[in-house]
Amino acid sequence: MLNVEPSSLQRATAQAPHLQEPKVVAKDVSVYYGEKRALFDVSVNIPDRGVMAFIGPSGCGKSTFLRCINRMNDTIPICRVTGKITIENEDIYDPSLDVVQLRARVGMVFQKPNPFPKSIYENVAYGPRIHGLSSSKAELDEIVQKSLERAALWKEVKDRLNDPGTGLSGGQQQRLCIARAVAVNPEVILMDEPCSALDPIATAKIEELIDELKQNFCIIIVTHSMQQAARVSQRTAFFHLGVIVEEGNTEEIFQNPTDKRTQDYITGRFG
Amino acid sequence: MSTPLLAAVVVALGAIGWLLGSWRSKASVGGKVSTLHSRPGYYGAYVLCWTILPAFFLIVLWSAISPMVVSNMVSSRLPQNVQDGVTQARSLTTSAINTIERGLATLSAEDLEKAAQPNTDVKALLLSKGAPLAINPEPYAVNAALFQLQAKRSSQLLLTISAIGLALLCLGFALFQVGPKLRSRNAVERVALAGLFACSMVAILTTLGIVLSMLFESIHFFGIVPIQDFLFGTVWDPRFSAAGSSGEAGGQFGLLPLLWGTLYISFVALLVAVPVGLFSAVYMSEYASGSVRLMTKPLLEILAGIPTIVYGFFALITFGPLLRDLGAHVGLSISATSVLTAGLIMGVMLIPFVSSLSDDIINAVPQSLREGSYGLGATQSETIKRVILPAALPGIVGAILLAASRAIGETMIVVLAAGIAPNLTLNPFEPVTTITVKIVSQLTGDLEFNSPQTLVAFALGLTLFVFTLALNIYALYIVRKYREQYE
Repeated sequence: MLNVEPSSLQRATAQAPHLQEPKVVAKDVSVYYGEKRALFDVSVNIPDRGVMAFIGPSGCGKSTFLRCINRMNDTIPICRVTGKITIENEDIYDPSLDVVQLRARVGMVFQKPNPFPKSIYENVAYGPRIHGLSSSKAELDEIVQKSLERAALWKEVKDRLNDPGTGLSGGQQQRLCIARAVAVNPEVILMDEPCSALDPIATAKIEELIDELKQNFCIIIVTHSMQQAARVSQRTAFFHLGVIVEEGNTEEIFQNPTDKRTQDYITGRFG
Repeated sequence: MSTPLLAAVVVALGAIGWLLGSWRSKASVGGKVSTLHSRPGYYGAYVLCWTILPAFFLIVLWSAISPMVVSNMVSSRLPQNVQDGVTQARSLTTSAINTIERGLATLSAEDLEKAAQPNTDVKALLLSKGAPLAINPEPYAVNAALFQLQAKRSSQLLLTISAIGLALLCLGFALFQVGPKLRSRNAVERVALAGLFACSMVAILTTLGIVLSMLFESIHFFGIVPIQDFLFGTVWDPRFSAAGSSGEAGGQFGLLPLLWGTLYISFVALLVAVPVGLFSAVYMSEYASGSVRLMTKPLLEILAGIPTIVYGFFALITFGPLLRDLGAHVGLSISATSVLTAGLIMGVMLIPFVSSLSDDIINAVPQSLREGSYGLGATQSETIKRVILPAALPGIVGAILLAASRAIGETMIVVLAAGIAPNLTLNPFEPVTTITVKIVSQLTGDLEFNSPQTLVAFALGLTLFVFTLALNIYALYIVRKYREQYE
């Protein structure tokens, strides 16, 4: 390794997706809920056009960290975030940055499907409407159709776009939420245990969809299922008690964990 | 023994029964409580129920029947000419007998014997004992009063003996049954269940009774005034006439001016209450910080606790004149009691209804919907306008309908602030009157309940009831539909 020329090393890293210029960079991020500290100096680089999985036992801070990336923690009054997170070298906690603009760039899919009590069409059109992404009805129709196609839902709902979104099955609702997030054309999509409320068949569909979406987006997924992390992600970070214990290529983390705690968690000894 | 004392004795017997029952249950298994079917307390309660319930039933039944029996016996002993007299004369005699009887009841046994002598001056005798009579009693009335007194006393004695006897008998019977196999808990629970059922029946039967009485009196009223004249008449002029007179002196009973006044004032009230209430609900549930919310919500709810009569005289004394003077300044003639005065004050009264209910409903919108919207880059106001309010809309409509039905049924504010003139007017500065105001004015004073002037109150009440019931049912239907939405 040491003998390799610098230029060939650069070439090699450019080809490996996880070693290219990272999309999201977190440096020494700590989160406090009132007096209680939930995250301890978390630093991680997240590559573009790939899937990064956060795994770890309940209460380890992986969801808290995820919610820092679109500043969703701002909605909790007692929550305080320190450290630095950048997306494409732009500090997202910069006071001059509008959090609303940030959230348009960083979409989010939640643990429980949460479609608005509106029609399927209106659910998808919601984001483009508030951001003024379309100038005509035809354009909006196109965005809606494209988003539903990207979320692999178009075929199932194209004849009933005016039915309420809440009337869909759980898996369809979650795909509708993904379509809703995709519709505003974000750069990063955060997924907070997107399959934990779904049955295995719906889960398989979502995983397939994530695999598709990673061509165009930077996806960060929090999951409890290690199989899911292994299936969908290229990089994995293992959280434990508010710190990242280990972070690296998914294969290495699962086959060759260096830390004892990671090993124990992956082999099911705790968690 | 008087009935309350008797009841107390029966309860005391019941308490003894309770102790005996739980003691006997323990004794029957030699102290091994776990081998009993139920815990000892249930055996006690079982004996208690057996002791007091049949006895109470007897007391209630007896108290209901015995006065009727006694009065029948008394009136059958009156001279034939009194028995055949007109109703009014007979009721006079009865009340005279009752008065004498009350006087006699205070006498000692000796005096009572003296009073029973045919030639005693009962009036003088009673006067000397401190029970003056207004009339000079007829001999037959004195006899009847004496008889009535005796009958009542023996009836009470009989009741005392039989009730205590029954209580003891049942106590013994229940105590005899107590043993490890007796399913006393189930029996006691059945009694408790019956008690709960009876309590719920009280409310239902009362409602039913009120509705039926309104219905029958209204039918009576519609027998005098045709229903179409009532429902579609545009003139309200009940013209209080002398009792007993009829025919064209009956007056006109057109509902429309009153209904118009009611709906107009309610409309003005909702015009105030809905925006103010809704916006304060949005502020409190979405924007207010915890401490502000903790302060404002109870304060707003205090507004709901102010008696409406207080709003009423505030409107009458302060707000009405203020509005009138204000109107005079800008060249409007606003009368002190008007649609505007009553409507605005009633609107203030309704604010807490709308805001409190809407606040609860907005809070019931799941947090996940808010996060979903924020996650798409929506601002807080976009989230409220486009997600939360549409989601909460059915519930908010329900809250508004409930407030509307309060406004329609509201009485004290409009009695004081709306005026009493039954006008069919669009001008909000003029006084109007409402259904509730007219019910009050038709039923105030010295009245008899068989003229259309008073019976119309029942028809008005029924109209009001139908209106508010329909609104309430509709509101509840909407609220319920909304609740299912997130489940």
